[in-house]
Amino acid sequence: MRPQDILTPQPAGLCCKPGGFHIDPVKPVERAVITHGHSDHARPGHGAVLATQETLDMMRLRYGENFARTTQAIAYGEELRLGEVTVKFHPAGHVLGSAQIAVTCGDTRIVASGDYKDAPDPTCTPLEVVACDVFITEATFGLPVFRHGDAADQVKKLLSSVKLFPERAHLVGAYSLGKAQRVIALLRAAGYDAPIYLHGAMEKITLYYQSRGIELGELRPVRGVKKVDLAGTITLAPPSATSDVWTRRFPDPLTAFASGWMRVRARARQGGIELPLVISDHADWDGLTATIAATGAGEIWVTHGQEDALVRWCTTKGLSARPLDLVGYGDEDGGEDEATALGEGSEA
Amino acid sequence: MNRFAELLDRLSYEPGRNNKLRLITNYFRETGDPDRGYALAALTGALSFKHAKPGLIRDLIAERTDPTLFALSYDYVGDLSETVALMWPKNSERHLHNNPPPPTLTEVVAKLRTLGKAEMPKQLSRWLDDLDETGRWALLKLVTGAMRIGISARLAKTAAAALGDKDAHDVELIWPGLTAPYLDLFAWLEGRGEKPVNLDPAPFRPVMLAHAIEDADFANLDAADYIAEWKWDGIRVQAVSGRDARGNMLARLYSRSGEDITASFPDLLPSLHLSGAIDGELLVVRDGRVQSFNVLQQRLNRKVVSPKLIKDYPIHLRAYDLLGEGESDLRTLPFAERRARLEAFVARLGESRVDLSPTIAFENWEALAAARHDPYAAGAGDDSEAVEGVMLKRRDALYLPGRPRGQWWKWKRDPHVIDAVLMYAQRGHGKRSSYYSDYTFGVWTDAEGSEQLVPVGKAYFGFTDEELLQIDRFVRRNTTEKFGPVRHVVHAPDQGLVMEVAFEGLQRSTRHKSGVAMRFPRINRLRWDKPPREADRLETLERLLKDTAPVEAPGSGSH
Repeated sequence: MRPQDILTPQPAGLCCKPGGFHIDPVKPVERAVITHGHSDHARPGHGAVLATQETLDMMRLRYGENFARTTQAIAYGEELRLGEVTVKFHPAGHVLGSAQIAVTCGDTRIVASGDYKDAPDPTCTPLEVVACDVFITEATFGLPVFRHGDAADQVKKLLSSVKLFPERAHLVGAYSLGKAQRVIALLRAAGYDAPIYLHGAMEKITLYYQSRGIELGELRPVRGVKKVDLAGTITLAPPSATSDVWTRRFPDPLTAFASGWMRVRARARQGGIELPLVISDHADWDGLTATIAATGAGEIWVTHGQEDALVRWCTTKGLSARPLDLVGYGDEDGGEDEATALGEGSEA
Repeated sequence: MNRFAELLDRLSYEPGRNNKLRLITNYFRETGDPDRGYALAALTGALSFKHAKPGLIRDLIAERTDPTLFALSYDYVGDLSETVALMWPKNSERHLHNNPPPPTLTEVVAKLRTLGKAEMPKQLSRWLDDLDETGRWALLKLVTGAMRIGISARLAKTAAAALGDKDAHDVELIWPGLTAPYLDLFAWLEGRGEKPVNLDPAPFRPVMLAHAIEDADFANLDAADYIAEWKWDGIRVQAVSGRDARGNMLARLYSRSGEDITASFPDLLPSLHLSGAIDGELLVVRDGRVQSFNVLQQRLNRKVVSPKLIKDYPIHLRAYDLLGEGESDLRTLPFAERRARLEAFVARLGESRVDLSPTIAFENWEALAAARHDPYAAGAGDDSEAVEGVMLKRRDALYLPGRPRGQWWKWKRDPHVIDAVLMYAQRGHGKRSSYYSDYTFGVWTDAEGSEQLVPVGKAYFGFTDEELLQIDRFVRRNTTEKFGPVRHVVHAPDQGLVMEVAFEGLQRSTRHKSGVAMRFPRINRLRWDKPPREADRLETLERLLKDTAPVEAPGSGSH
């Protein structure tokens, strides 16, 4: 069977006809296989959902008990027969529970990687490179200007700012699923042991991370804390909240934003960010190209992001590549007020 | 270089002046000599070397990257230096050689001073190999001479002064005698050395400033104690001439904060041929007539002072005080005596480019008020357009630095005021990032037969904190559309917010749809009581324009 007959782009998402399911469907479908818990990939209203336990838990937290008719949890490395194909989940290193999905039909293996990164992250299982014939890659940061560097250096920058401006409150805009917890873990790894404050929208998911054994130290809700007591503290908040009236509870707030987009100065300025922190849960250019090469795939399908540049790179390396026409990804957070000021894909 | 790059990076995002100061002072504290000295030189624009051309940087990146990928990246980032800094490939050879440490700022500056043009590409790429993204960005800013991070020389000196709890003024006074990397300056600031002495033959003297006068002040003032002059709408300068050790005459022009601006006005220097220090106003005089500030602005902040610029905008010094003459310091004399010395000095100078600022004869405050109201009739004649009020100086006032109470007063003409309608609002920066604090306002005009609001200006101050809260609330509740950070606020004949806008002047503008641009606009008060239909019309503004010459070049902002 030709690869494009095994997985086919459809308006509802990537469809596996011989297996009878969709991967990360953007519209309700009968059977959905889901890579990770971000809301542009994991949506409610499907019949049956197959995903890792963590992804299912996050969907439940977000959408309530009845987010799907039936659910089935699958572990990393576990293989499952679905119709004419087998599917196997591999860690994607993106957020807690995120997976790449290897679909094998006959002797052809396609890996749908969802979102992934190859950088170290203490809050999730590291990316596993899976040998395959066709690799479906994201391209959120698919331009050679995106070099994320070492996230630990960015956290150092945040901490030296806290030291230099002890009378101000530092607000760190970070996507509430994954990024926030990673920033907290990085702060702890850098030796910061003061309590870290959380915006209300972060509490549930962060608590869930802790329940899965991820050490985040002492966390406090920022709600109800007196203004004077917030001087010299660090608070994590969804990006949209950092330019909202909500910030008026803080003494002279200094706005940071943890995102791969912060690499480009115009993007940071546009959002009125004072302290851009280049910390991303997506692979940067070097990560994307290294991972593509490591899979050994001869054919690359490129989706959500800067497809053109990545397709171009593949072509110059003698790989067959094409953009995959999928819509509806990368707009997590997009519905929130003001989030657009911080750029598309605030979850990046 | 990396620490300096970090500083530039932080400064480029920091909107608050005090926070900028703290970042720079902290850098000076944490960084040793001579690196911090070269940083101070870079921030004050005191470094001089041949800048690299953008073409060279394009060539370097073209040798190393795929042209299609570069084009896509440049298109996305929008800035050449930044694109190159970000996509500069990792040099694999470098890693074989045990990661040499990145260059220090001192090394970079020293090399740039001596480097021949032919050696530049190789040296530059070696540095780019050794630095990280931020380091490369800062390096390219430095070598192309395009720092543009919103730091004035004054701010950098203030930050240095803070290192030793000194006033920026103290640094300014000795600055002309100092050279990078300023080892003696830092030694003094850190209490390790003597205060450097300014041996400059044409030093700056700290300026005396005036208080704005209020109506109530007049009751306590006797008109007979004061001399009045026109307040000119130009640039306050100090023109100082003196002989150096070899007996050569040297002339310098300083801004009121003590920055050396001599290089921008070479056409004035030959006229400053007598040893002395004049306090006066820099103006453009064409055909014997003082031009408005809008015209003067065309000569400011120019990198290159072309012969055409000099010819089209002839610069002029209008003198109103003499602080020194030959070897004598006149600042301890009463103003009336200094004025007499000044009149004699200007006469001896005999230069058409330097003249006296005339005094205004007045018997009492009523007479002066009348002169202020109509400078044309009171003697300013054709120059009255460049008059922004009157100055009052006590006859017995010594020349004291700063703003001593009761000595000098400024009495500005009343600003123009119009009622305009709020049209768009944008969030502010820093402290104001959660407030809609930048406002675009408009006035009514007849467009193709229907009444429409046309934007005439933008303002982001003038209101109180309480008013800001009220406007912010109004904006949030009355937004009709959003474009990124900009909100479209309801503005219809019966719905909307009328703002009384005060401004200093008006000029024709080809950049604005309305054809006018305001100078120094601010929100004077909020007219919650007034329906938008009763706001002013564009014709009112056009009437104000009638005598003003059109100005095409950019620079309509405030100063």
